[in-house]
Amino acid sequence: MKKIYLDHNATTPVDPRVLTAMHPYFSEVFGNPSSIHAFGREAKEALERARGRIAHLLRAGEREICFTGSGTEADNMAIKGVAHSYRNKGDHLITSQIEHHAVLASCAYLEKEGFRVTYLPVDGTGRVDPDDVRKAITDHTILITIMHANNEVGTIQAIPEIGRIAREHGVLFHTDAVQTAGKLPVDVDALNVDLLSLSGHKIYAPKGVGALYIRKGTKITPLIHGGHHEHGRRAGTENLASLVGLGKAAEIAGAERAEEYKRLTKLRDALHKKITDRIERVFLNGHPTQRIANTLNLSFAAVEGESIILSLDMEGIAVASGSACTSGSLESSHVLNAMGIIPELTQSSVRFSLGRTNTPEDMETVAEALPPIIERLRAMSPLT
Amino acid sequence: MTDRYDDKLLDHFSHPRNVGQIEDADGVGQIGDSRCGDMVKVWIKVGDDRITDVKFRAFGCPAAIATSSAMTELAVGKSLDEAAEITDDVVAQAVGGLSPDKAHCSNLGAAALYEAIMNYVVRSVERGRVGCIASEA
Repeated sequence: MKKIYLDHNATTPVDPRVLTAMHPYFSEVFGNPSSIHAFGREAKEALERARGRIAHLLRAGEREICFTGSGTEADNMAIKGVAHSYRNKGDHLITSQIEHHAVLASCAYLEKEGFRVTYLPVDGTGRVDPDDVRKAITDHTILITIMHANNEVGTIQAIPEIGRIAREHGVLFHTDAVQTAGKLPVDVDALNVDLLSLSGHKIYAPKGVGALYIRKGTKITPLIHGGHHEHGRRAGTENLASLVGLGKAAEIAGAERAEEYKRLTKLRDALHKKITDRIERVFLNGHPTQRIANTLNLSFAAVEGESIILSLDMEGIAVASGSACTSGSLESSHVLNAMGIIPELTQSSVRFSLGRTNTPEDMETVAEALPPIIERLRAMSPLT
Repeated sequence: MTDRYDDKLLDHFSHPRNVGQIEDADGVGQIGDSRCGDMVKVWIKVGDDRITDVKFRAFGCPAAIATSSAMTELAVGKSLDEAAEITDDVVAQAVGGLSPDKAHCSNLGAAALYEAIMNYVVRSVERGRVGCIASEA
């Protein structure tokens, strides 16, 4: 049985080209980039090449790229780092209700420290109204953090517009671009952002590396203290091989992004059509058009998401759900709840997230596997 | 993913016993938790104060479906007194045990069965028959 992976928003396989690029940096070029001898210098050169590739992907300066251990760390660093650096200027942050937990939990932590946070609502498609951002800004606002695209439903936010509003009011603006870097054009000047987070393992680089773009002149209090790594912004010897991988992944994504985006849009829309042609009462969660190419979040009325996932898993197909209990959490998706989706349909949601490994044949296989599963589960459901 | 589940649970999920409903049921019970999203409905047929038939429908995760199925196997043929004493733990054991995150919201079978038995008792009382659960009579 061929296994089909449709959970690329959770993680991606390391691209073979990335793995090849990483190989020499375990045992051959192993120096500490901070060492001044030849071993160290060679490692440092590789590290800075990787930094240059990330900078190029984001159209940013190399000094503005700070490597981290994950997208989550980049989010934490941006939010707590700005809050702690600008506390004398204000104590208010603005975010949205549909952010990744890395952002929401960082904001909640700051609330415990006495900061105030506004959690903006979204409409039924998951979009933040930029006008709501403008209205929420006060003289005390020091940071706005709104994600570029949502991991569960794929909805893309009006980041350039929100960034313009932030700039008009002299407020710093961070975006979590973990789901968009390497997929959409991510140009920090076009997006009007001061800080931007990305993660390696979402773009076919290894797990355990990420990066934070920090616009020149933006003050950041470090999360991790120690040596003078990353210009004193993030202590700890850099994860050299994986960061070389991140650089290579950024280079590949930059070169292939546009073509891949078109290909994935076609595949995703084909999958959507095949499913709705064969199964009744299927509802799209997320924006119909302002949505990243690879993401399809559907609710199948009267059946629960985890039961669909397990049934597909038994047929070698991997998808995700935002429904209850799947991640040890008893609460349904905060994203779907914020979008005003009725509880029964939030429990019925399944996320298909496509990537490089997927083919048109995969879409057909999934569309053939689903109808009997939904039919079986609906037949035993007390809901109609 | 299947590693997360016991084989007994997977068997009940893939081949659930006694799915459906009983049109002329003697008792009907329903338990649902909108927060967790699981809902189970149970129909029972009673003869000589024994459960002669049980059917269920479930909206929920694999554990919710499996525990409901396991409950029906445990209940069929039991006296109403015995059936009313089937606990969540007994049902959980029948599917190989449940992890803590599943134990609360995904194990509704026993409670739904109890509701169905109570429904039968209430109906019997309304019809002038004496309630048959000793502890409840």
